[in-house]
Amino acid sequence: MDLLILCQFVLAGLSAGAVYALIALGFSVVHNATGIVNFAQGDFLVVGAFVAYSVLVSWGLPYWVAFLAAVFTAALVGFLLERWALSRSRSKEILLLVFITVGASIFLRGLIKEIWGKRPFVLPPISETREISWATFAIDPQYFWIIGITLLAFASLHFFFRHTLWGKAIRAVAIDAEAAALMGIPVPWAVAASFALAGALGGLAGVLIGPIWPLSFESGVHIGLKGFAAAVLGGYGSFGGALLGGFLLGLLEGLGAYFTSSLKNLIAYGILLLVLLLRPQGLLGEKVQERL
Amino acid sequence: MKAFIVFSIFVLLLPLLVTNPYYLNVLAFVGLYSLVTLGLSVFIGYAGQISLGHGAFYALGAYGSALLGIYCPLNPWLASLIALLWTSLLAWFLGYFILRLKGHYLVMATLAVNLIIYILLVELEEFTGGVSGLPGITPFCLFSFCFADDRSNYYLIWGVTLFFLWGILRLLGGRIGRELKAIKASEQAARALGIPVVRYKVAAFTFSAFLAALAGTLYAHYLTFISPKSFDIFYSVEVVTMVLVGGAGSPWGALLGAFFLTPLPQVLEFFEEYKDIFYGMVLMLILIFCPEGLVSLNIRAHFGDIRSGTDPNMRQGKGIRPRSFKA
Repeated sequence: MDLLILCQFVLAGLSAGAVYALIALGFSVVHNATGIVNFAQGDFLVVGAFVAYSVLVSWGLPYWVAFLAAVFTAALVGFLLERWALSRSRSKEILLLVFITVGASIFLRGLIKEIWGKRPFVLPPISETREISWATFAIDPQYFWIIGITLLAFASLHFFFRHTLWGKAIRAVAIDAEAAALMGIPVPWAVAASFALAGALGGLAGVLIGPIWPLSFESGVHIGLKGFAAAVLGGYGSFGGALLGGFLLGLLEGLGAYFTSSLKNLIAYGILLLVLLLRPQGLLGEKVQERL
Repeated sequence: MKAFIVFSIFVLLLPLLVTNPYYLNVLAFVGLYSLVTLGLSVFIGYAGQISLGHGAFYALGAYGSALLGIYCPLNPWLASLIALLWTSLLAWFLGYFILRLKGHYLVMATLAVNLIIYILLVELEEFTGGVSGLPGITPFCLFSFCFADDRSNYYLIWGVTLFFLWGILRLLGGRIGRELKAIKASEQAARALGIPVVRYKVAAFTFSAFLAALAGTLYAHYLTFISPKSFDIFYSVEVVTMVLVGGAGSPWGALLGAFFLTPLPQVLEFFEEYKDIFYGMVLMLILIFCPEGLVSLNIRAHFGDIRSGTDPNMRQGKGIRPRSFKA
């Protein structure tokens, strides 16, 4: 019996982990293109979830429309953040660009509060059935949607970056922007596309987690931090690392919640700190050789 | 030093003009923020590192001295001293481990420290008072005089802040400032020149943590009430933002950032609902269009030597230029 409850916690942890992985992936995509941390990543998630809420509940449209609208809107927000703010920065110093995204995050939170108010929202579940049960074992099918769609998103992103011309162009920019420009790749557009992609991933994560967690205009900060932690845990910038870090962090949290619900975050961050001390480049990160 | 004297006189005379206790309170808070941003500007602008965890040290200073005063009745001065000592020790110890990390990893590690301290403050409820906070902290007293009102605390806070501003200006104007800047410009080159990089980074980190803890103790005994909300990661982000908005290249930038951003939320109350939108926008605009901070604006034209507290070779945060190496 206890084992069943443990399984529930593990599954809940893994689905939270899937969302962290999507956020971590958003961090990695932006990092690879520009080298910065985008602190507005968590707010993309909230934008996505709230757009989906408006489409689903206020306008009564079907779920696939909500999915598209959420992903598209969040992608647009990411795109505009890059075009209107970051690309106009006079200095390209990383620290400054990072804090421009901090400003953008505050701005977005204010905007979300203005449009949707302070009340938290819960999205309706994706599938009609409330739970799948075998004897005493009951599972919310939403968990499977979350984990399945996350894996699908990873697979398609992998395909995009490895096998399409656009994906290869963005990777080329990540490796050496100057050389990429000389090869005729429109670098500013590749960077903006990365932000749009990060936004889309955030929006997707928002629609997925919306039915399980009540989200309010401020939720983005802490979910974004968890995603950042996941990205660092796995190795910043690595896609496999984002996936591993996300699921690992979610699992740790799930197990932590099973043993002591109030201190689950303490356990997650404590272990993160420990991993960083033992392996400063994250689990899957490569040790970078520095040169003068 | 001329700028320092002018500034000190300005700060000391300000309460004669400002009599409204609310404004004095805001100005005292500017002093508290300045103390933290001064330390951070050494760590960020000179050593070139980044920390989003100074809220933790602020908390350790405040809670440390408040709890010592409550549980083993100590005089506030002694309690503060002990809290400062052990917070600095902890920062020094932590620094040795986490300052080996770089870039995003360092940011995450310092964030994690802040998050852990915050969670502990909230969860150890019977000890710290939890979310609802810790009331009844005794104010600082000297013989029969107690620093209980806004004006006396203003002078206490600014006295301490000015003392450390003076110390930092002296310190950074000399060899230590140059060597820290060298680390920011290139760690490997600095190491090759024989600068003990790790020791400098840890020292800068410990010093900035010490100042944050000091601000924490002053804060706790000034307000006589503390709650975890004041020590979360938003605080840490806020102080780093102040340093960047003011200008990370000089201690004056840190002061300017504190002077500008501390009252900004109150000023923006004017916009009511739209406050956050404007706050975010102001931040973005300054960082986008004025990357060297407000201190780089036309102030330089009016007071040519305001930045001369630091080596003129090191203006604009661009690090040391080759000619500094001639000696």
